[in-house]
Amino acid sequence: MSLTFETNDGPVHALKDINLEINEGEFVSFIGPSGCGKTTFLRAIADLEKPTKGEIFVNGMTPSEARKNRAYGYVFQSSALLPWRTVEQNVALPLEITGISKSEKQQHIERTLSMVDLIGFEKKYPHQLSGGMQQRVSIARALAFDAKLLLMDEPFGALDEIVRDHLNRQLLELWAKAKMTICFVTHSIPEAVYLSTKIVVMSPRPGEIADIIDSSLPNERPLEIRESKEFLDIAHRVREGLRASHSYDEENA
Amino acid sequence: MNYGAATNWTIVFFTFVFWLLAWFLNSWLVKQEEKNPNLRNFNTIAVPIIFGITLLVVWEGLVRGFNVPTVLLPPPSMIWERIINSTDILWLDFKQTFLKAVLIGYALGCGSGFLVAIAIDRSPFLQRGLLPLGNFVSALPIVGVAPIMVMWFGFDWPSKAAVVIIMTFFPMLVNTVSGLSASNNMERDLMRTYASSYWQTLFKLRLPAAGPFIFNALKINSTLALIGAIVAEFFGTPIYGMGFRISTEVGRMNVDMVWAEIAMAAVAGSLFYGVIALIERKVTFWHPSIRGGRN
Amino acid sequence: MRAIFQSKTFAILTILLTLLVIWYVMAVKLNTPWQLGVYERAGTSEWTTSQFINDTLNQKRPVLPSAHQVFSEMYVTIFQKPITSKRSLVYHSWITLSATLLGFAIGTLFGILIAIGITNNKALDRSLMPWVIASQTIPILAIAPMIIVVLNAIGLSGLLPKALISTYLSFFPIVVGMVKGFRSPKNIQLDLMQTYFASPMQIFFKLRWPSALPYLFTSMKVAIAIALVGAIVGELPTGAVAGLGARLLTGSYYGQTVQIWSALFMAAILAASLVMIVGLIEKRVTKNMGLTT
Repeated sequence: MSLTFETNDGPVHALKDINLEINEGEFVSFIGPSGCGKTTFLRAIADLEKPTKGEIFVNGMTPSEARKNRAYGYVFQSSALLPWRTVEQNVALPLEITGISKSEKQQHIERTLSMVDLIGFEKKYPHQLSGGMQQRVSIARALAFDAKLLLMDEPFGALDEIVRDHLNRQLLELWAKAKMTICFVTHSIPEAVYLSTKIVVMSPRPGEIADIIDSSLPNERPLEIRESKEFLDIAHRVREGLRASHSYDEENA
Repeated sequence: MNYGAATNWTIVFFTFVFWLLAWFLNSWLVKQEEKNPNLRNFNTIAVPIIFGITLLVVWEGLVRGFNVPTVLLPPPSMIWERIINSTDILWLDFKQTFLKAVLIGYALGCGSGFLVAIAIDRSPFLQRGLLPLGNFVSALPIVGVAPIMVMWFGFDWPSKAAVVIIMTFFPMLVNTVSGLSASNNMERDLMRTYASSYWQTLFKLRLPAAGPFIFNALKINSTLALIGAIVAEFFGTPIYGMGFRISTEVGRMNVDMVWAEIAMAAVAGSLFYGVIALIERKVTFWHPSIRGGRN
Repeated sequence: MRAIFQSKTFAILTILLTLLVIWYVMAVKLNTPWQLGVYERAGTSEWTTSQFINDTLNQKRPVLPSAHQVFSEMYVTIFQKPITSKRSLVYHSWITLSATLLGFAIGTLFGILIAIGITNNKALDRSLMPWVIASQTIPILAIAPMIIVVLNAIGLSGLLPKALISTYLSFFPIVVGMVKGFRSPKNIQLDLMQTYFASPMQIFFKLRWPSALPYLFTSMKVAIAIALVGAIVGELPTGAVAGLGARLLTGSYYGQTVQIWSALFMAAILAASLVMIVGLIEKRVTKNMGLTT
């Protein structure tokens, strides 16, 4: 598919000739410098942007059908929690919109909160939680539909490294347990390599796919694996892909 | 009080001393706060109250000491006496102006401003046209329409309520429209990923997010409503009402009665504003300005 | 072409035009009962619709004057009367305007000075500021008649008492706005000045005053509008001798609707012009400071 934005400065080719297939159960990371279109691509899958050329299919449906059927959960860069709702009310938000019964709602909330390890915090307000906890609530909320597809746009970008490691590990556990497909946009090479089964390296202006790397790391990954040779090889390949696509050039700094 | 009587220097002297002592007390209290931060809550209430009491004492002292003619400036004690002796008149005026003109006008004005804001929410065209006009009208001397309202609705309180409605409508409209656009893009995208309908998004996201703006307008309007009703009465009213009482007693040089009415208006205005502020605290508890965030 | 339909000006003009049409329709509607009475008394039994409409829009004392009546009255009283005559709208406007401007100027000056005092002296801040804020909830305008009469009694009449009302009214928004403005520099900027070992005076002129300017102009717009209202209300108690407020009052006493409306429109034009002038000065000053976005 392709996506061109018409801006005041002339057309911006956000994405050009993207051809990609993502299979069920994969954890795919999108990495590249700013302006390479990775967020735009994610938003196109979510039906928050429309491609100007070509098509996208999500589970065999078009993105708008997928959105209306609530086939995916979306996690934004910041938690976007509604500050006037408690944690459990925030997680309940999508359920209220779809009109699920009260008892079912309670079940969903308990289940998703336990998946992100936040049982006991139901009655707290967002401003009482740390940044990492807020993002976990946001993830719990995205899981509310039991959708099999999770779209995440640099969800841990605003957090410090120690919290990030913790959340990365939790995310992997979640992915294994729920057997979901995850599309994950990130800036961080170690994060992309640690989390994914497949890494898509993108280059900017116009946004194109520079390289697709199938990870050889096993699905069970303790944090120490980040110092293994295999890990460093894959990271090296990612870096090469970025360099080849001029991501490190002066103009992209 | 006698005109041109000799100044009573003793009273003046003691008044001056009182003022100095109170000033030093306040300065000392404020300085102590630096050493003992727990004093802050006490001081927030105590210092302005000490200042207010000092003001009253100085007022009383200077007026009596210099034998200021009461028609010019009556001492607080005289005003208090007048208040106590005229509660029936004061109550009558209060009912007429505040309970009828102010409250009803306020409710209708704010209510219609709110509804119109929601009605034009889906039309960017109407917003583009009405918002600048709304801002423009807010700067105009709207109380001036009072004589026209009297002509259309008669002398009694409906014409005053009409003035209040016009005065409160525009701030409410402008602020509500501002508030409805306050929720940022990310939150609105979130609602889109839920395939949320227009009304669901309105009630679950945009209206709560507009809360701080709406309450801002409600607070401003509480003052405007009271001013509007009283001043509208200067242009003509039946024989009771706060504005009426003020303008006629001024003509009769019963200045203490005027001050009594003003005192009542001040208390009513502050209580009205205070109630709204309390409700605001409860409803928009989540907003940083209410939580006392760092400013 | 599409851009025209999307522009703000088009939207405003369309709405104004619609309002004008509604105005005329309502004028005919509201003036009808009186007009029917006129025809009855004159014994006229037949009349055409256009004649009827024309008559309702040109009554001497209409319930709702039509736009052309108001504007022609304004035109006559502005351009066709000598400026010093009591019938000239220019004369009355100047009376109100002079009180407004004087009061506004004094109020702004005082307001800035008190704001400086409040931000520099902690005791003044804790004792005075709560009262300044509380006073915004008090209907101060209600005191206007009393101030006029009292000052008249001690011999101060004419321009000064009205100006004092305007001073009192414009003072409060300026104080509140400037206190906010003087305190607006961020901690990080204050720290910067500290590293330069700047004196409080230097900090004031180089940091606090420029940061406060946007707040000054916003409060000045509020203050000048309210100073105008104060001057108008101040003209009521003295038996309405001169000024726009006086015109409003006499118009209402003698049932001269067109006079009321023309005075009201004049006041509105004044208010809008004053706020616009402040806005223009603001644009000039902030441009020179590079503060415009």
